[in-house]
Amino acid sequence: MTLEAAVRVKRDAFTLDVSLSVAAGETLAVLGPNGAGKTTLLRALAGLDEMEGRVVLDGTVLEDTNARVHVPTERRRAGLVFQDHVLFPHLSVIENIAFGLRAQRRPHATAMARRWLDDAGLGDRAESMPKSLSGGQAQRVALLRALATEPKLLLLDEPLSALDVSVRAEVRRELTRQLSSFQGVRVLVTHDPLEAMALADRIVVVERGSVVQTGTPDEVTARPRSRFVADLAGVNLLRGRAHGDHVALAGNASLAALDAGSGDVFAVIHPRAVALYRSKPDGTPRNVWRGEVEGVDLQGDRVRVRVHGPVPLVAEVTRGAMQELGLSAGASVWLVVKATEVSVYPA
Amino acid sequence: MLAGLGLLLFVLPLAGLIIQAPWNQALGELADPTTTTALGLSIFCSLTATAIALVLGIPLAMILARTRGTLRNVLRALTTLPMVLPPVVGGVALLLAFGRHGVAGSFLRQWFGIQIPFTTAAAVMAETFVAMPFLVIAVEAGLRSLDHRYEEAARSLGAGYWRVFTRVTLPLLRPAIVSGAVLCWARALGEFGATITFAGNFPGRTQTVPIAVYLALESNPDAAITLSLILLVVSVAILVGMRDRWLGAL
Repeated sequence: MTLEAAVRVKRDAFTLDVSLSVAAGETLAVLGPNGAGKTTLLRALAGLDEMEGRVVLDGTVLEDTNARVHVPTERRRAGLVFQDHVLFPHLSVIENIAFGLRAQRRPHATAMARRWLDDAGLGDRAESMPKSLSGGQAQRVALLRALATEPKLLLLDEPLSALDVSVRAEVRRELTRQLSSFQGVRVLVTHDPLEAMALADRIVVVERGSVVQTGTPDEVTARPRSRFVADLAGVNLLRGRAHGDHVALAGNASLAALDAGSGDVFAVIHPRAVALYRSKPDGTPRNVWRGEVEGVDLQGDRVRVRVHGPVPLVAEVTRGAMQELGLSAGASVWLVVKATEVSVYPA
Repeated sequence: MLAGLGLLLFVLPLAGLIIQAPWNQALGELADPTTTTALGLSIFCSLTATAIALVLGIPLAMILARTRGTLRNVLRALTTLPMVLPPVVGGVALLLAFGRHGVAGSFLRQWFGIQIPFTTAAAVMAETFVAMPFLVIAVEAGLRSLDHRYEEAARSLGAGYWRVFTRVTLPLLRPAIVSGAVLCWARALGEFGATITFAGNFPGRTQTVPIAVYLALESNPDAAITLSLILLVVSVAILVGMRDRWLGAL
């Protein structure tokens, strides 16, 4: 059982053009910034929006614009979990879960719904109305509602992002458990890298309607191909043209690197590899730039310092170093990066 | 000052009605067969008109809520016209359409032997014509503010069109339908102009309370006042019952 999809959706000034291939038992995360077209993609797969292209699930053609095939949403066997649960407000929790079973004319819908609730440890909320549930409970019920219909394809639209940080971990655990026991194809859409890393086996990064990168979570973060992913991974991403031992960056800046090769490249510098000084350092490091501190973010005992200059970079230092160097917005600093700390790969 | 004058314009007639009411005879007037017949007929006609408006108006509201552009504007103007049209004109129009020589009337008479004007059915039709827009407008507004993702969620769970409509759309629209139906019923109950033009004034058949009030004003003012009071009480009851919904919307 697999999902093969080539989806093209044209909106006024925006075109989504994405191809996906997902195997059963695999969770694919479509990761991208807001406005990248992720929800549009999900809605097209669910049959809710018009699209061009072809969608084949488990050998069944759900959509084929050339052959004028369009299977309506209700016959796709595609379970959909919305960002903010969208539980039916006029039905109790158990009736929400039984809704899909009744629609499929299954006998004993109520008993089956109860079993799903009991298995998830939500049996005591069966008769509650959705508005009395906590955000985490509501999202878990929404997931059960979709799973109870035994779909072949499970589509999740930012399933955790509407939740408080405090309950996110709990719901994520539950989601991981439920996803691993679900045998169908799983497609998750999110703008949150943590959500993607935690839940997905494979990530497709989408920006402005097209795929910019595909790979396992490790591959994607190790070699980001877009500013968005680099920011997610917390690394500095620079783009330029390689000339053997250095990379020419925008604005006449140059970055020394080992074996940079040639042609258009990405260069990644981890913030920990960026050293900061108050005065121009001695010695012969080749990557030395002057800059001005733009902002400082405290993250536990570490500090991320955003520096503006010919080569804008984020540096990570300890709290002690921050105080010693007197780093605050507007301070003037020198940035130093060893050539060996720069990793370069073709764009 | 002007505001006070404006308020006075509303309050004074109502106060007059209450002060002049023959309170000691009111019960006696209520027992009068003319009064009870008119009341019964009014309740029957207005409820039937509301029921018809529900059956026809909800689908109409759905079409209005789901179309766009010129077609929608034309449809909307047509359905809301009875709200601004003088009811008498509505009555004349109905008479011309369903009368003996009317477009639909002659057809109905020749093929089915049905004559609508000056029957109870005519009174119901006149009330529906005038009152249905209130329901359509309320339901359309409800549909527009409805989060359509509920319907999409239902479809993704395998529910077909009819199941989505009856199990999700209608229950979610309930507040809009209830308030629309109450408004529609109130308007139908008070209908005068179109009814007397299209259905006439036949006690027990087409003489509804407003018509009875108008006619009784000369022959039996006490009965007219009593019936007016009843309509006033109904209106106040509706206002009180719906105040949360209406004031809440402001």
